[in-house]
Amino acid sequence: MSWVSKTLNSTLGKKLLMALTGLFLILFLVVHLAGNLQLLLPDGGKSFNIYAETMASNPFIRVVGILNFGFIALHAIYSAILTRHNKKSRPVAYAMTKSSANSTWSSRNMGILGSLILVFILIHLRGFWYEFKFGEMPYVTYDGETYKDGFAIVSAAFGNIIYVAFYVLSMAVLAFHLSHGFSSAFQTLGLNHKKYTPFIQKLGIGFAIVVPALFALIPIIMFIQNS
Amino acid sequence: MNLTLKVWRQKNPSDKGGFKTYKLSGISADMSFLEMLDVLNEDLSEKGEDPVHFDHDCREGICGMCSLYINGQPHGPHQTTTCQLHMRSFRDGDTITIEPWRASAFPIVKDLVVDRSSFDRIIQSGGFVSVNTGGVPDANEIPIPKVIADESFDAATCIGCGACVAACKNASAMLFVSAKISQLALLPQGKVEKKERAEKMVAQMDKEGFGACTNTGACSAECPKEIKLSNIARMNREYFSASLSTENV
Repeated sequence: MSWVSKTLNSTLGKKLLMALTGLFLILFLVVHLAGNLQLLLPDGGKSFNIYAETMASNPFIRVVGILNFGFIALHAIYSAILTRHNKKSRPVAYAMTKSSANSTWSSRNMGILGSLILVFILIHLRGFWYEFKFGEMPYVTYDGETYKDGFAIVSAAFGNIIYVAFYVLSMAVLAFHLSHGFSSAFQTLGLNHKKYTPFIQKLGIGFAIVVPALFALIPIIMFIQNS
Repeated sequence: MNLTLKVWRQKNPSDKGGFKTYKLSGISADMSFLEMLDVLNEDLSEKGEDPVHFDHDCREGICGMCSLYINGQPHGPHQTTTCQLHMRSFRDGDTITIEPWRASAFPIVKDLVVDRSSFDRIIQSGGFVSVNTGGVPDANEIPIPKVIADESFDAATCIGCGACVAACKNASAMLFVSAKISQLALLPQGKVEKKERAEKMVAQMDKEGFGACTNTGACSAECPKEIKLSNIARMNREYFSASLSTENV
């Protein structure tokens, strides 16, 4: 076995992949949020539609987009491999555990939280990404140029209270996942020092509250505007 | 104090095992947890029953031999060893559930006794400093900054009891292995072999079948010697940098 596969196949190496892909997905969330917030601009979706078109036609963004799918898959696959390994490490469960005394609920349930997020991502991709890419999209014209009217699709979806509720709930799940995942990734990378670890932990909690909250705010506001 | 004990009984490694309930009366609040079990075993012996087997040695909290998963926590409700846990931490009429450490790398020998020789094999794989014997070197011949010496000593206080593995939802041994790697990697005497050591000890840890780390922090929160999570981060650094720089292609 080469040194690369030996390292990446160790428990530490698998965790390294989880941390690196997780941190990339955290960065992706920021970029995605920046795009989404344009849905709230009072211009009938013009900025959002132009932004979406710019992103979709930029070759660099398209490469990053493919990488992003790859990293989501890697993150999910490695979590499944690790969960299987970890279950095998304790074949007989304790009859009584008081784990709330030593750890947070979200840190112990990252797998469940992650699986729920994966379900959300699949539904989310079918509803928006697939429609934008392959669906029959309405078109709009701004200053003589034709654009796909993604805003109309989003606006229609966010007019449905069930979809809005599902979206908001999923963001709550994401918040719990991030509340552990953000700082945990740095620990796995070996970055733990009294100078900066308290800051990373606070930043992680802040990120886990603010980013999902802003994501969730968009469908709520659009639902109110629609009705 | 009157107590109800739910104790895991298992005749041998291949036996299925199960809980047995025992009633105890007249327990003093000043007794240690192990002394309470001694009372139970005297009762059982007098009745001609097989006493409950459990590990113990120094009973001073320094040897790392005692174990027991008490009411859902390794070493019971306080951050100490089971031998240093006293019955005053429980109330009259309490039911106490006592289980062995649960991990595939810690197979049950009998009742509450588990085989922790997987830890020994991890140490044998690299948890040492190779020095030739000879004359005693002068004290303070090698200057070591106080902060580094303290950091190393903190890691070295690990008694290898395995509470970290017992507490971890993944039965991971990262806290133990990282403490042993840190203790040596921090000191000049241990630095010489630190890369090979990190590679070998992590490989042995994986071979023994311990789980991976989810950074829940349960290990450190339950560790009777308060070994810090920063040791795990240091182990990760040591391991990844060793992977990138040793001669083992």
